[in-house]
Amino acid sequence: MTIIKRGFAALAAGALSAALVMPAVAEPVKFDFWFGLSGDLARVVDTLCKNFNASQTDYEVVCTSQGNYDATLQNTIAAFRAGKQPAVVQVYDVGTATMMLSGAYKPADKLMEENGYKIDYADYFPGIARYYATSKGEMLSFPFNSSTPLMYWNKDAFAKIGKTEAPKTWEDVAADLKALKDAGYECPMAINISANESWQLMEQFSALHNQPIATKNNGYDGLDARLEVNKTKFVQYVTDLKKWYDAGLIKIKSKDLGQDMVQAFASGTCQVVLTSVGDHGTVGKTQKEGMNWDVAELPVYAGTERKNSLVGGASLWVLSGKSDAEYKGAAAFLNFIHDPKTALFWSTNTGYIPVTKSGFDYLKAQGFYDRAPFKGREVAIASLTASEPTEITRGVRLGNFTQIRAEFGTQMQAIFANKVSVQEGLDTLVKNGNAILDRFQQTYPGKTLP
Amino acid sequence: MEKRVTFSSWTIGILFAVPQLLLIFTFFYWPAGQAVYWSLTLQQPWGGGNIWVGLDNFRSILANADYWNSITASLVFAGISTGLAMFVGLVLAALTDRQLTGSRFYRVVLIWPYGIAAPALAMAFRFILAPEAGFMAVVNQVWPGFWDPGLDGTDAMASIIIAFSWKYVGYNFIFFLAAFQAIPRSLIEAAAMDGSGVVRRFWDIQFPLITPTIFFLLVINITESFQDSFGIVDIMTSGGPANATNLMVYKIYSDGFKGLDYSGAAAQSIILMVLIVVLTIFQFRFIERRVHYR
Repeated sequence: MTIIKRGFAALAAGALSAALVMPAVAEPVKFDFWFGLSGDLARVVDTLCKNFNASQTDYEVVCTSQGNYDATLQNTIAAFRAGKQPAVVQVYDVGTATMMLSGAYKPADKLMEENGYKIDYADYFPGIARYYATSKGEMLSFPFNSSTPLMYWNKDAFAKIGKTEAPKTWEDVAADLKALKDAGYECPMAINISANESWQLMEQFSALHNQPIATKNNGYDGLDARLEVNKTKFVQYVTDLKKWYDAGLIKIKSKDLGQDMVQAFASGTCQVVLTSVGDHGTVGKTQKEGMNWDVAELPVYAGTERKNSLVGGASLWVLSGKSDAEYKGAAAFLNFIHDPKTALFWSTNTGYIPVTKSGFDYLKAQGFYDRAPFKGREVAIASLTASEPTEITRGVRLGNFTQIRAEFGTQMQAIFANKVSVQEGLDTLVKNGNAILDRFQQTYPGKTLP
Repeated sequence: MEKRVTFSSWTIGILFAVPQLLLIFTFFYWPAGQAVYWSLTLQQPWGGGNIWVGLDNFRSILANADYWNSITASLVFAGISTGLAMFVGLVLAALTDRQLTGSRFYRVVLIWPYGIAAPALAMAFRFILAPEAGFMAVVNQVWPGFWDPGLDGTDAMASIIIAFSWKYVGYNFIFFLAAFQAIPRSLIEAAAMDGSGVVRRFWDIQFPLITPTIFFLLVINITESFQDSFGIVDIMTSGGPANATNLMVYKIYSDGFKGLDYSGAAAQSIILMVLIVVLTIFQFRFIERRVHYR
């Protein structure tokens, strides 16, 4: 279609210039944007791109889904090595350290400044900004799709055990799961223990309890950071999860076994799950008819001073080696995404949360959070802003963190299959994780994180 | 008198060989050479530079218990799946060759599995073998906890072996059937007239005559089980649980592309290449002696 359209446009332009001896109509400057979302979310991104293209005539963004986050990063690296990289690319949260050392990007804050856009960086929720900013606070990339985990709980099931509120501490959770089990529920709570669940089980738990994942403030202060999850409160958490699993209070649900956590919750099979606010829409759309459910902040152990949870998702990086015209377009695109109206569009069509205070206020003013199915998502903002980020709850900045997450999955599976004890499993996680970090550090000799 | 066609000059011969050599160089020697170079350096993923580290990559891989676990898993996988796929393929081909009722139908149908792409096949088997939703859910109803590939490494290994063997049964079947049909009918008929039964004829006549095919399939199956298992592992188990199905080829992928450790992955692929070469040499050296070529 576009080719035909462009053909017509060219013909028309040619006819015009021949007839009136006028220069041809200027083509908009094209630039590429690669992203890692697929399915429904990819369609929303495509609409977003169309809206941007329709909003002005100088630039045209070409948006291409690469399927998933891993593939996006791999393909971008391959393209970069061949000199065919896109102007803008979406990189997931844990790829941040890799990107920062790549030397392959143009700092987003500089780009905006050069092109005359004023961005109020203080407007970003601190928990989101600090995750992607350098240790000095500069924003090298722009937060895009952002989420944080919540506890989804089935109100009907909890009503049966005389509860109308979600449990706030793990001690209460344990008691409630026991009561649910006694009330005849086969699956009081569902978890999964693959690499992906490192996010809610290890990273978020550690942030909420202000426990470090690695030394050097989770890696923000240097590449010589090493894991230390085998001697924090996390050990107790895994021990408890295992105990509850053995007692039948927790079931493992994954796609490989037939039903994943979110499906298990939405169908009413399992009564509690910990998953991203991004699944809020999916649960709403696929839930069992008439089921009453709600979301709450993740529980903490009794006596803990709750800290902010971490942001998950991805940010937009502008890559080096493109023309000035393309950079102008990229800056206009980032500015478009930063707009509160785009935030409303984005949050309405996905489960992701607004990343700026002004975006959040705009959504509130529009009454977004007052009506179903969006009601409840404001809990995610409350969780992200529960406290000012500490040195440890800014985020996790470790090299090759994808592999460390994989190691997390491996060791959790070994622990839950009774192959090793909790302490042995976590010790191995730290040992193997540190080997990965060693290797990352050796690959970048003499370099430091910005 | 020399009757074969010979070339008087070197140049013509070389000119004829050049296209082939170019292809092999571009698609094999060059990438393989690059892999060797990468395995001796530490590559920055974005191409920012590299450091010469000699054999350090190999040392750290061979000192890693996970890697040895991966080698063991690959050997177990190769051994069992090759045995299973060849045995079932052989039996099916022998039965089809006997011209029993419907053998024409079987001849077509049994080839199909090989035509199915590994990921599609893996999706199908993931459903069939899912402990809560698929066929195995029925078995689990009778014996709760019998089948749990999510946590039990042996069950997960069994799943990928079943899926892989199912695909290669089709491949082996084609070759075995062709081999059986190449045996002169007169030999079988003569044996039958002498009073030997089906099993006797199989062991004394058919089996010795198809040993070249068996040997060929053995080499191919073992090589493919090291290389072609990727799609099945990726979809069905992702190398889990607890690395139980983290085959060498999958580990290369996850370390290299997911972990961006290009050098470590290059070193692993060199080791895998050497292992396959050694296994193939071994087979030619020791097993081929027992093959009777006609």
